[in-house]
Amino acid sequence: MYQTGNMVKELAEKHGRKRESLMPILQEIVRKHNYLTDDVMVAVATELDISAAEVYGTASFYTFLDTQERGKNVIRVCKTITCSMKGKNDIVSTLEDILKIKVGETTPDKMFTLLETNCIGWCHKAPAILINDMPYTDLTPETVIDVVKGYMR
Amino acid sequence: MKNKGLTKVDLIFESIDIMKVMKKAFEMTSDEIIQQILESGLKGRGGAGFPTGLKWKYTAAEKDPEKYIVCNADEGEPGTFKDREILDKVASKVYAGMTIAGKAMGARKGFIYLRGEYRFLLPQLFVELHKFHKLINEIGYDFSIEYRMGSGAYICGEESALFESIEGFRGEPRNKPPYPTVSGLFSKPTSINNVETLVTAVMIIEKGANEYFKLGTKDSRGSKVFSISGDTPIPGIFELELGMTVQEFVNEFGDGDTKAVQVGGASGFCVPRKKFGETIIGFEGVPTGGSMKLFNSSRSMYNLLHNYLDFFAEESCGQCTPCRVGCQQLLKGVEKVKKGEAKSTYLNELVKLADTMKVASKCGLGQSVGNAFKSIVENFREEIIY
Repeated sequence: MYQTGNMVKELAEKHGRKRESLMPILQEIVRKHNYLTDDVMVAVATELDISAAEVYGTASFYTFLDTQERGKNVIRVCKTITCSMKGKNDIVSTLEDILKIKVGETTPDKMFTLLETNCIGWCHKAPAILINDMPYTDLTPETVIDVVKGYMR
Repeated sequence: MKNKGLTKVDLIFESIDIMKVMKKAFEMTSDEIIQQILESGLKGRGGAGFPTGLKWKYTAAEKDPEKYIVCNADEGEPGTFKDREILDKVASKVYAGMTIAGKAMGARKGFIYLRGEYRFLLPQLFVELHKFHKLINEIGYDFSIEYRMGSGAYICGEESALFESIEGFRGEPRNKPPYPTVSGLFSKPTSINNVETLVTAVMIIEKGANEYFKLGTKDSRGSKVFSISGDTPIPGIFELELGMTVQEFVNEFGDGDTKAVQVGGASGFCVPRKKFGETIIGFEGVPTGGSMKLFNSSRSMYNLLHNYLDFFAEESCGQCTPCRVGCQQLLKGVEKVKKGEAKSTYLNELVKLADTMKVASKCGLGQSVGNAFKSIVENFREEIIY
């Protein structure tokens, strides 16, 4: 959980209070806090003068607008065919080992969430993952450990 | 059928004087620009292949003073990554393409819808965009571009779903007609073009429609950027003249043991080895937005099919029943056949379901699930069953 404070009001000032402002506002909240709480969605609905169901209905449509609690760093492992052929399962099991969580879970210290995702557009450098916005490609079980360690500090 | 062989081309990534080509376009009338694009034979490079010149012409014909040009950079088709490379390397050509399209049809405002997975590109793209805006301001031309981001929904690459998303709604496709050229973004006349299409249009203005027309075949003019991955020693991004056969493609990019090529991504077609020689990559054979995946004989075609069906079952927007339920049932169906819980003849029922999805689904997603499904099941039936 995180406190919303003036954040939603400030974002509405920045992006506007029209319906088309909704996505940029939700995207910026997720970038800052990794997921959307019920409280923040209600606050956005109030600010934009639409129903909270509209906000939740929109957010829940989009994979990257998480409405469940997520860690500070969200790791998304590409599971589409080329990454799958080029060792995605080894990457997932390595990540599960070092983070001590399963796909879909968040570490107890809320530092990492491990997810699988559909094609992220790096098939020529498979296997690939996204950590937050950053892609990492041509991974091996060894290199993915180094990458994740960089986010542990 | 005339066979052109495999020829590498360098148009999309060629560095050009942006200002020079824009000035050339600004000296042309709207009709002249559209005529050039029509004469070039350019078809949309996102995969669907609608003639770009017609799209611009229809949008130009609308009387509404407010129109939009939208660049579709929601490159989500499995195996496609060329638009990312184009934006990364030659963003200013994309911006120029939007400006020229805007001039052709009377739009003063452009939007680029970039998939969330490519957000890391944004800081650099903003720098380029700032430079570009300065450039066109200097010559006193009124046109501006804004970015809008996706958030991990494949369906938002469908044009009307993309508009819904920019407007702040769930990315659920609209009924057509009305088509975007009549009622698109914010219900205004809109031309929505793929990233590569816009850059190609710039190169057509630069080189002239006649030059471009010389490349390719009757049904597939010009060249195309291909995203090549899978079992190949040289995965990557290559611009090739259209009109080659799959065999010629495999000779260049295969690993010597290519069993099948999936052309056009998960929503495209699977071409088996025995059909390599007769299948042309283009609108007369297998159309593609650029995704080319090679599979060698060590790969299970069941795994390929299962992966694709899992993808579609997740990415179906869920709005219309044929697609929502169809994707799930195809997935469950092949699992049952594989496990021996259903007879192999059950595959024939599933093919009928895929056919129904093609006619009954609301948008291109549900309509094209059958492409991969049928071409894999028909060509690799024994691998699905045993």
